[in-house]
Amino acid sequence: MSDRRIGVYICHCGGNISDYVNVETVRQAVANEPGVVVAKTAMFSCSDATQQEMIQDIREQNLDGLVVASCSPKLHLPTFREVARRAGLNPYRYTQVNIREQCSWTHTNDHAGATEKAVRLVRAGIARTNLTDPLQPIVIDTVPAVLVVGAGIAGLRAAVGLADLGLSVYLVEKSPAPGGRVGDFGAMYPHGKNGRQLIDRLVGEVRKRELVTLFTNAEMVAKSGTIGSFNVKIRVGGKAPGEINVDVGAIVVATGFDNYQPAADEYGYGMDGVITLPEFKKLLDDNAGELEYNSRQVKNIVYIYCVGSRQQDGENPNKYCSRYCCNAAVHASLQVSEKSPRAHQFHLYRDVRTYGKYELMYNEAREKGAVFCAFGGDEPPEVVSGPDGKLKVTVRDLLTYGEELAIPADLVVLVTGMVPAANSWLTELLKLPLGQDRFFNEIHPKLRPVETMVDGVFICGTCQGPKNSAESVASALAAVSQGASILKKGYVELEPLIAAVDPQACDLCGDCLETCPYSAIEQDTAAIRINSAQCKGCGGCAPVCPKGAINLKGYTDGQVKSMIDALLKEI
Amino acid sequence: MTNVTNEGKDFNPKILAFSTNNISDPGIDLAGSSHLHYPPGVMVMSMPCTSGIKPEWVLYAVEKGFDGVFIAADGEECAYLPDCAERTTHMIKRAQAMLQQKGYDPQRLRMSAICSVCAGPFTSQIKEFHQTLKNLGPARKE
Repeated sequence: MSDRRIGVYICHCGGNISDYVNVETVRQAVANEPGVVVAKTAMFSCSDATQQEMIQDIREQNLDGLVVASCSPKLHLPTFREVARRAGLNPYRYTQVNIREQCSWTHTNDHAGATEKAVRLVRAGIARTNLTDPLQPIVIDTVPAVLVVGAGIAGLRAAVGLADLGLSVYLVEKSPAPGGRVGDFGAMYPHGKNGRQLIDRLVGEVRKRELVTLFTNAEMVAKSGTIGSFNVKIRVGGKAPGEINVDVGAIVVATGFDNYQPAADEYGYGMDGVITLPEFKKLLDDNAGELEYNSRQVKNIVYIYCVGSRQQDGENPNKYCSRYCCNAAVHASLQVSEKSPRAHQFHLYRDVRTYGKYELMYNEAREKGAVFCAFGGDEPPEVVSGPDGKLKVTVRDLLTYGEELAIPADLVVLVTGMVPAANSWLTELLKLPLGQDRFFNEIHPKLRPVETMVDGVFICGTCQGPKNSAESVASALAAVSQGASILKKGYVELEPLIAAVDPQACDLCGDCLETCPYSAIEQDTAAIRINSAQCKGCGGCAPVCPKGAINLKGYTDGQVKSMIDALLKEI
Repeated sequence: MTNVTNEGKDFNPKILAFSTNNISDPGIDLAGSSHLHYPPGVMVMSMPCTSGIKPEWVLYAVEKGFDGVFIAADGEECAYLPDCAERTTHMIKRAQAMLQQKGYDPQRLRMSAICSVCAGPFTSQIKEFHQTLKNLGPARKE
């Protein structure tokens, strides 16, 4: 039997649950479970009134465990942990049982089955709660300083934003000057502003702020510590080489992208007159008057889209869409229309992604005479060089019932996308996870877009995936808000649901030491310990231990087995 | 269908499904939000990462009365461990060997990668697994 005092609340969720699950039957079936002293149903558990009632029950009945059977824990786990905390109950003695998304809603066709399942699920939640220990969040004091890696448009903007919130910033740039890719651009979409001027202005803003220290010719070479208190070694090259150690509370990675480089002969790349989009952009920026290439007037331009993007085969294909290249190509096309109004422009695309208001730019290009032809992914255009040295592009145009077109070209522009920057050393140093596209991976693209699995390390700009300059700046500002919200508080609280070693069972074999990519398992002569600030709580080390000495708090052997027993108990 | 015994006809397999807090559990939630149906004998237990599942738990679940165990893994999407899929596969092999040693069909353990929007794939996979277990019959033959 249990000497615990657990309160159980079963939610109607208006009718979202009780229309399919008989909540009163569930209540009766769990009221006599070991440890249960309060069992109630509630119309809306998350309402203020019910929260107040729970707090009252916890205090009056001296409860030491709380179970709410309602919706998915993604919605209300934090809500009810907070209820527990307000009532003076340790929040880690709370268990949320999902009887909506994983029960009532998915068994709307079987009320008896849904009710029986709900009983089982709630019993398992009670069993787990019986074996919870009060845990304290891991508290770490934070250093009010941030390391920003990369001084392109995202890194510069992040530095300015962080400094304006009163945080010291070390801005590290590996090249001799700040500015990144945008610093090389002339007029840019969507605002028509000049990239060089934008960067000059941002660098001016950075220089105005005493809190920002900019290191050029510099790289981060070592990192230790954890969120709130990292120690970072910066190696500075150039005229006065040396190494500097700085303490920071957070790291913002803004290391940008590389341009896709076509293989030799990919769409005729390497032939005279076949160039990539960035090369074309430079040509436009450098040409003041009518467009010329190698001192020849350019009359016919053929753009081939999706070069190096949305690939299906080959080794490590780039399956993703770079989303900026359609807009950049259409914008370049508009620049051509201005410089050389008589030039003919042909856009051969697979799909056009001039999303949002960039659609207007696409319309404008068409109004100015640009011709758009669609080709199938399985039938790409071909670029050949004739006997006279003139380029010719052939394509089957899907918009005109598959008509075969042969277009003479003075210039063929391969509309190339973005690829991840070559900086595996950084990935290794920061232990940053990569996504399938090999860019740095955020925790969740919508809910936690600049946070990474490494606490205190944020990503922004194109190191995370293709973006245009405006989107890069937006993500830089998101990283500023996230970073500052942690550091301005002065301390961080980490989830205590981490691995623990049972020293009685551990025989110091050391099999676990190599399994943690976060280096959270440490051994000295007497014991193996988990570094609580380093452990991410994945539990990957637990099955590795031959003695079963490692358990993840909240998911211990005892808890899982008692939950299995509870799920199977006779109804 | 006179050649099916009453026991076989009424047999409704119980399945323990392990999911992950950040990836596959939201996918299974989405199946519910979309009101997709699967048998109520399927019960889900969510973990941070499937590579933290101990093979002993799988054996324990089958010995105690589950007819099958389904692992809704993160596949390549795991944010914790780059080699998560490899680790989980290794764990599954160990668990299948344990099952086999105790006389259970290793088919009673199945893994599939379920992403955070994989509502449809989860539903069809789990139904198919349910059918497989129905054909195998109860794990505990008293």
